[in-house]
Amino acid sequence: MSAAIDVRADVHREMIGRFVESRSAIVLPAEKHYLFDARLQPVMREYGVSDLVELANQISRDGSSPLAQAVIEAMTTNETSFFRDIHPFDALNETLLPELIRSRQQSKRLAIWSAACSTGQELYSIAMLLDSAVTNLSDWDITLHGTDLSTEVLARARSARYSALEVNRGLRAQYLAKYFTRDGTHYLLAEHLRAWATFDRLNFIEPWPGLPRFDIVLCRNVLIYFELEVRQQIIRRIRDVLAPDGYLILGSAETSVGDVQGFTRLSVGRSTIYRKEAH
Amino acid sequence: MLAMVIDDSRAMRSILRRIVGELGFEVVEAADGQQALDLMDDGQVPQIALIDWNMPVLDGLGFVTSVRSRQEWRDITLMMVTTESEHGQIVRALAAGAHEYVIKPFTADAIAEKLQLLGFAGVAS
Repeated sequence: MSAAIDVRADVHREMIGRFVESRSAIVLPAEKHYLFDARLQPVMREYGVSDLVELANQISRDGSSPLAQAVIEAMTTNETSFFRDIHPFDALNETLLPELIRSRQQSKRLAIWSAACSTGQELYSIAMLLDSAVTNLSDWDITLHGTDLSTEVLARARSARYSALEVNRGLRAQYLAKYFTRDGTHYLLAEHLRAWATFDRLNFIEPWPGLPRFDIVLCRNVLIYFELEVRQQIIRRIRDVLAPDGYLILGSAETSVGDVQGFTRLSVGRSTIYRKEAH
Repeated sequence: MLAMVIDDSRAMRSILRRIVGELGFEVVEAADGQQALDLMDDGQVPQIALIDWNMPVLDGLGFVTSVRSRQEWRDITLMMVTTESEHGQIVRALAAGAHEYVIKPFTADAIAEKLQLLGFAGVAS
């Protein structure tokens, strides 16, 4: 009896998944369907919908109802976005990048690592900041390196193609107009920014591939998934690939990840930034 | 803080009303650009307008152009919210004086994030 009900719910989960995919271009593979129950509960309560079956029926009847919008919202939050949490990007734009551009005038070399790059928005946000802030980078050697566990998201990051829903999120319209061109139903990032980016698969808890020396490492909203000991080990390894005056940026909700050993904690604007200590 | 939602679709107006209402704005609605201008001439001048592109009587681009031609309305923030997704249209709207651009369909988060980018600091994230 209960097995029959579960199968019925699964069919409707799939229906809801297809609906959200069609409206958001965000892929929700079957193994991510467990997210539905937790994320849709509050929506169903708010709209007085009794179960997934009724929910699937309602959104298939009217795909542009407030309920359908709420379902899309609930299923697409927490995905990465351009300039996510804005404050670290303000710190980069106003302080870190100008300072590094000054101190690297001799070598004209700058390398930045997005250590959980997902579909690339974090890295490309920095590319747009760099290109906007610095008048002439043509004689600079810029490396923007992205790594992630998932080869699927890396392929999307490499493509630098984003849906309308993705370019709606956090990206200033001026940047959209300046750095993207329409490519079918999607938007493609400008070639000269894509040329700075490289991507590679990396699992934090396996041996790391060869990495260059970085001036800035962003490792946001990742460490929270690891035990304290593993976190500290990852921070040590990041420290090893950072330049002597390099910076580490963690997620804004990660102030309680424990000691960030070997780093000095700085407040830059509304962000906490960690500068590598020389010893 | 007053937001004006300008869209010929009643359903879309109610979606946007709910989103910006939850962000703490008072909301006034208009069904086309001319209605919006009339409301503003009657003293309902918003801090921000969320503007559809394709509407009868006066479209969104015409509305933006009209607002930008009036000195006393120069502080109003203008945000297009439209299915027009061609790159050229985005450039046109910005050139006419729109500050931001949201492509339909959108999520509530997208609206909230854009309002934050536009400096509506009180907007809950």
